[in-house]
Parts: sequence; C-alpha cells; structure tokens
Amino acid sequence: MDAFTTHTGRAVPLRRSNVDTDQIIPAVWLKQVSRTGFEKGLFAAWREDPSFVLNDPAYEGASILVSGPDFGTGSSREHAVWALQQYGFRVVIASRFGDIFRNNSTKMGLLPVILPEDVVERLQDAVEADPTTEITVDLVERQVRSGDLVASFEIDDYTRWRLMEGLDDIGLTLRHADAVEEYENGRQPWLPTTV
Amino acid sequence: MGRTLAEKVWEQHVVRRAEGEPDLLYIDLHLIHEVTSPQAFDGLRMTGRTVRRPDLTIATEDHNVPTVLGPISDPVSRTQVETLRKNAAEFGIRLHPMGDAGQGVVHIIGPQFGLTQPGMTIVCGDSHTSTHGAFGAIAFGIGTSEVEHVLATQTLPAYRPKTMAIEVKGELPAGVTAKDLILAIIAKIGTGGGQGYIVEYRGEAVRKLSMEGRMTVCNMSIEAGARAGMIAPDETTFEYLRGRPHAPSGEVWDQAVEYWKTLRTDDDAEFDKVVEIDASTLTPFVTWGTNPGQGAPLGSAVPSPEQFADPVERSAAERALEYMGLAAGTPLRDIQVDTVFVGSCTNGRIEDLRAAAEILRDRKVVTRTLIVPGSMGVKKAAEEEGLHEVFKAAGAEWREAGCSMCLGMNPDTLKPGERSASTSNRNFEGRQGKGGRTHLVSPQVAAATAVTGRLTAPADL
Repeated sequence: MDAFTTHTGRAVPLRRSNVDTDQIIPAVWLKQVSRTGFEKGLFAAWREDPSFVLNDPAYEGASILVSGPDFGTGSSREHAVWALQQYGFRVVIASRFGDIFRNNSTKMGLLPVILPEDVVERLQDAVEADPTTEITVDLVERQVRSGDLVASFEIDDYTRWRLMEGLDDIGLTLRHADAVEEYENGRQPWLPTTV
Repeated sequence: MGRTLAEKVWEQHVVRRAEGEPDLLYIDLHLIHEVTSPQAFDGLRMTGRTVRRPDLTIATEDHNVPTVLGPISDPVSRTQVETLRKNAAEFGIRLHPMGDAGQGVVHIIGPQFGLTQPGMTIVCGDSHTSTHGAFGAIAFGIGTSEVEHVLATQTLPAYRPKTMAIEVKGELPAGVTAKDLILAIIAKIGTGGGQGYIVEYRGEAVRKLSMEGRMTVCNMSIEAGARAGMIAPDETTFEYLRGRPHAPSGEVWDQAVEYWKTLRTDDDAEFDKVVEIDASTLTPFVTWGTNPGQGAPLGSAVPSPEQFADPVERSAAERALEYMGLAAGTPLRDIQVDTVFVGSCTNGRIEDLRAAAEILRDRKVVTRTLIVPGSMGVKKAAEEEGLHEVFKAAGAEWREAGCSMCLGMNPDTLKPGERSASTSNRNFEGRQGKGGRTHLVSPQVAAATAVTGRLTAPADL
C-alpha cells in the first residue's frame, strides 16, 4: 500500500449517521473478481439523487470525507474501502467507525480519523460554508488542521508506523514464521481439520 | 484475578506478543466464500505465496447462488463462483459447490459439520462470522486483505478487543424468541454500542436457548457494532456437537469436553462493561427503520423522530421513515408487507424452519413467501420431517440453500418500494434490492405475517 504521512485536500461533508457499507458500495457491485473499478459503485444508490453531496460540482476533486457517526458499519466488504480510495478519498473523518471497516481501511492505507462529534460538525460547517476549505491530516503529528482549527486524534503507534511506512502486513508476519510453526506443534489434539 | 471467557480463548491463541504491537493470533478455522476471496487469491499469486493450511480452510458457494434449480444466469455472478472453484482447486481447498450435499451458507455449514467448536478462533470474510461464537469460540469477520493474510500465514495481527457482558436476566416469556432478544439488545445499546468489544451473552435466558437460538443471538452481535459475540459452552453445546462429522470422538472427545468445561468466565473476572436486560419483559420485536437498532416491540407504533433526544438519532429516524414510507404513530401491526423471507445465517437453521412450519401448518399465505434453508443439510433435514410439504401446502415457495434475499446478490430481491418481513439481519437501505424496505423479524413473526399480510405475531392469529 502507499505510505501515508500527511495529506492536505478539500473535503466532502456527509451529514448522515450509520453510513453502512451497503450504502458505500451496494452488494451488486461485489460480484467483480478484480480489485479495480469500484469507484463507479461508490454510494451508487445515493448518487442517483442529484442533490446528494457527491453530485455537487463544488466538491469535485475532494479527497477527505467528513461523515456523521458510525461510518462503515455492517458488512465486512473491503470493497467499501477500495471504492472510497478509487474515487479519490485518502481520509475519512468521523466520530465513530465500524470496527471491521476501520481495520480494512488501515490495511489499505485509507486513513480513518476519529474526532469528537462537535469537531466533526465544525469541519462539516466549514466545508459547507466554503467548499474550497482545505483540511490537513497529519499522521506524523496525529493532528487535523483547518484554518484556526487544530484537533488531535488518537491512533496506536503500530498502525501509525505501518501506514507511514506503507508496509505489507503479510511480509511482517512471515518474519515470525518460526513462532507460527512452534505454535502449530503445540495445538490441542482434538482441533478439527477440514480434510 | 479471574479471566473472562474471551480472554481465555484469546490467550490460548497468541503466537507472538511484543510490546507496542498487536498480538499475532493463530486461526483455527478459515471459512471462505466466493465474494470476498477472489482478490485475496490474486494477491497470493502476485506475491508467489501459498495457502499455509488448506486443511484448516473450507469454502462454500452461498452469496450468489440461485435458490431455484439451474445454472447461474447472471454472467458476473457465474464468473465469481467459477473463480472460487478455480482457486479452491489450485490451492487444494475443500469446496462445497452448488448442488453438493454439503453446500450452504458459510455460517450454517461450519456448525453443521462440527467444525465449529468451543475455544477455537474462527474467521471469514463475512461480518456474520460472529455466529460461531455461540459455541464459545472467538469468531469474527475480516476484510479481503485479512483473508489473504490468513491464507498465507494462518494468523492475524490483532489487538484484543475490550470485553462486555450482556447479562440477560429472567426468562424469555412464551412466544418470545432469540431473534426478539437480540433485536431488543441492539435497540438498547445501538448499532455502535458494541464497537471495540467482544460481547459475552450471559444469564438464565441465554443458558436456556438452544444452539440454534444462541447462533441467532451471536450472529447479530455485529449489528450492535461488536467484533464478536460469545456464549460459554455447556451441555447444550456438547450435545449439539456429539457425533457430528468433524467433532472429536472416543478418548479425544472426553479430553476435549474436559477442556471445554474450563471455557467459562471466572466468578471473579471483570468485564470492561456490563449491560443488563430483563428478558421477562420482552415481547416480539421488529424493526421499523433502516438500521438494526431502529426496532420496537411489535405491539407499539412507528416512533416519531421528536421522541429522540439525540439530534443524530432524530435525523436518522426522519430519514429512515422517509425511506421506509412510514408515518410516525402508525401501529406496527398495521404495516402491510409484499414479501416474507425466512432464511439466512441468522434464521435459516432447522429449528427456524420448524417454527415457521408450525405456524403455517393448515394455513395459507397471502404474500409472496420464500422459505430458503440455510444449507442443503438443513433442506434435507426439513424434508425428512415433511416441513417442505407444510410450506408448499400453505402456498410458500420452498427453495434451494443460499444467502438469497438477505442481501439480494442472487435473483431473490425486492423491487423498489416493496416491503418485506425478513428473518435476516440487516434492514439497510436497498439491502434486499434497490429501493426495497425491510422489517427484521423472527421466523415466527415472519410466518404469521405471511398469513395476514401485515406484521403479525403468532398469538394474533
């Protein structure tokens, strides 16, 4: 995945809560076996409504999504992350995220930033008032900055390091192949196999 | 200090622990289906990696499969299923394809084969993997990157979630089911209430649930935001497992049971959070909105957005009522439905079909009613009991096994504006077909609704 250190861009305000992964990418789009082309399915049903915020030309080219709480709840589909990234988003800001979505995001280098709801709403207000407002998301300093707003966010050191280095998890784990083998030798005798 | 069930199972699976890093967790069973795996297998091929433990991996075709006999008509769906077949063959993974006696929804077949056992770690590229926690396993859904990780290493790096106890006090009244219980729990704690937690369901009412009921409860843990749900194994669990094809036998069975009996939360263990719910006050529960937390007792009315103090909940309710085409104050029992769906990994097991059949026996349905067994094994068992004849005599459609209308990836969908009473797990906008409107219900309420065409409890008939 691409390394993430700091990103500055314009943002889309999505004033909805419980934006589940079925909305981010409806199931009909999950039939693809490739990893590309999902941007067309991003919020496919909502985008049919001309007044939906992503259809507003003022937000064209925005790379940060500022959403209501519980973003990415529901299905484990990583396609939701792919769709957001392929559409052009690098960051999603919300006060709460679905656990699996958040995990999938960090595997792919889409940064999920958790900020208090009042800060999220201030950011939404700002980008609604002026869609050219830029937001800087600084993973190094764990900070979101926009105009006179400076907000810190939490992210664990390990995930931050992986994102900043753009590291492949599998490669990291394979360094510990000996430990895995040793563990396997001590597994309980009744555990089933599928063969 | 004592440990919780979740802590015991987690600790048993830590391959490697290092300061400032997530634990590396061993995975005992990896379930695969056609939707979330193709890109993971591609990743293996691109990096020249292989599947570390095909013998701890099992695949089935479920999300795309049609529930009427015949080939898959949608070429994109067909390609996805064919891709799984190619990948399973290339990497030596056992696959239950369409038409196979072992085929079925991934979370139905694991327990059915006895592959789901207490104390295991189980993952699948599907959020309803939490189902398997009913056996006292740590089971959770993962994304495709993690599917690839488990295929390549049989492990996952993960931080141990916090622990939450949901203490269900008292007993469920007659006519109130596991589905009503979990819908009431989600309405109470909200769709984000479980975020960051493994939930352990405890208490008298939980102990009295059958394995099927426990699976229904754990299945919907994710709808409360929880990573996993668990129930401590007991005699009910052991009886369910005894004699299943992959359950241990002979002396090893005894050893296993001895260990499984230790898989309970110690009396002096502490949970990070405790939620209590009184089972004895519950009644049949249904959803009125577009997330599983927007539910209410069937005897109540569609709420008014003004009832919600929290502005976020209020606007979510406004939006939900608009999407659902419902007016505040409408009695839930007056809501007319076009389709009834009985099935899915939530309620597609034999006990669910028995419950629906009991209500449909000698009655007629007035709506389109799809009965979709969760697996070919469930279908066979139901037919041996003659349940299919009951359904057909009532005018319901008796289908082949699959995920079906739960998420409408196959031809079983709602049309825009159509309304369903569904035993599945998600009432999200468009989940069962673009523009479709879903009310989540128990199999009993689904069957009674099929008879009247309105949301109905069996006691109303």
